[in-house]
Amino acid sequence: MPGSSPWERSSPSVANYTGSLLLGFLLATAVSALAGIAIYRFAYQPLLGHSAFVPMIVSIGIFIVLQEAFRMIFGAYGIAFDNNPYYTTTVDLGGIHLNYVEIAMVIAATVLLMGFGLFASLTRAGIGWRATVTDPQMATSFGVDPIRVRYLNFFFGSALAGIAGGLVGLLNNYVEPTMGGLVSYKALAIIVLGGLGSVRGTLIASLVLGVVESFGAIYLADVFDRDAIGFLFLILVLMVRPQGLLGRG
Amino acid sequence: MSAYVASLVSVIGINMILALSLNIITGFCGQVSLGHAAFYGVGAYAAAYLSKLGVSLPLTLLAGAAMAGTIGVIVGLTSLRVRHDFLAVTTMGIGFVFLGFVRKQRWLGGELGISGIPDSGLGPVGYALFVACAAAAVVVFSLWLKQSWMGFTFDAVADDEDAARTVGVNTSAYKLTAFGIGTAIAGFAGGLYIYFARIILPDTFDFVTSIAILTMVVVGGTGSVWGVAVAAIAMTLLPEVSRAASDYRLLIFGAMLIVVMRFSPGGLAGLARLFLARRRMTP
Repeated sequence: MPGSSPWERSSPSVANYTGSLLLGFLLATAVSALAGIAIYRFAYQPLLGHSAFVPMIVSIGIFIVLQEAFRMIFGAYGIAFDNNPYYTTTVDLGGIHLNYVEIAMVIAATVLLMGFGLFASLTRAGIGWRATVTDPQMATSFGVDPIRVRYLNFFFGSALAGIAGGLVGLLNNYVEPTMGGLVSYKALAIIVLGGLGSVRGTLIASLVLGVVESFGAIYLADVFDRDAIGFLFLILVLMVRPQGLLGRG
Repeated sequence: MSAYVASLVSVIGINMILALSLNIITGFCGQVSLGHAAFYGVGAYAAAYLSKLGVSLPLTLLAGAAMAGTIGVIVGLTSLRVRHDFLAVTTMGIGFVFLGFVRKQRWLGGELGISGIPDSGLGPVGYALFVACAAAAVVVFSLWLKQSWMGFTFDAVADDEDAARTVGVNTSAYKLTAFGIGTAIAGFAGGLYIYFARIILPDTFDFVTSIAILTMVVVGGTGSVWGVAVAAIAMTLLPEVSRAASDYRLLIFGAMLIVVMRFSPGGLAGLARLFLARRRMTP
């Protein structure tokens, strides 16, 4: 499903109301996961028989509608956390100053992706999951329920997006309606760059893209901006390897 | 014609040309493009730059179309390597590359764009009529293209690329042609825009514009000339008619994409066809 990850962002309003960052964070993740399931059920599932063009257009529609809905509900100027101690507390790691959120992001990414990789390769559900991607019909005949797999996909994918949104909100100490925009385009670019369905490819692609963008922004500063460099790199790679870095051709 | 009506006619005409140009690529030939605004922008920037040098209106319009078409064919080359979702992401990337390039070019005005573009010399009403004639010409061209031999081949490529190749269609050549024609017309629309607005900013050609053009095509009915033309008019007028529709313009666009795809993937044209068929069945 193209552009499947929804762009729900955790809202600090819960944290500000209740005074509990943890509650806001957990609630945001849960809301994202449930919203992902609802979007799959009501927007994507009825379209399963159509060509890939149809769900892709729908995903763009959902993206715009959610972004506008956030703008209407929470205001166009965004919300800051009233009390975000993790943002202000820094640690000195051999001369590098990091705040708690930055450290939490690295740890969360490592733990979640390792757990995800183990889940996909070791558990029954994970194997059924990958089988459905490779050959849905064969997987079904072996007793995998493709509908359940898709629900699980949307649940996990959206929950992860929610966690990422919550962390980014904490990192910037601020959330606003369009914060998901560029991230979504980049996320889409990264999974395409890495090769659809390859977790390892996605990891390598995100690292490579980050490095290319950072160095490009230094050496090509007069010609392109950061985003242009990232997408130019993506296009060049796709011309050489249309299936992505680690995708199966 | 009052100045307000004249400006409205100009905007409608430009939007119609843009939507029909994307319709040739996405509708006729089945190649998704999420970066169409970039070609609109290439045409606008080329025409604006030349007009500031004193080049006459017809020449700047032609140069804008030629420039956009040339870059369009180059971008079209990507469609020979990647398909479907991958092509969508690639064309979306083209939009960002264009914006990121233009924003950094001091000779193109950077973030401030190009202002002080010379007058068309036709007056607001005359220019609106000129744009309307151009839009009508693009409608006629689209109708002709659709029923021509090339249009049939585009249809075959859109329907099933591999099958088309099997029966001997040079799909690469036709895809490149579709990109070339569609992007050249978008560049032409960009040229028309500069004499109307007299100032261009990079943000005019951003992702939201690409999506707005795509929305007109999808709502009208991907591939239908009349459907797309009507949708372009309706969706340009909607924010003008209703204040609420103007405040929630993007929300309405997004909702339209979802609702149309969910209930009538053929868009307005699909609904009209269904309606006509029903009427014929029950005399």
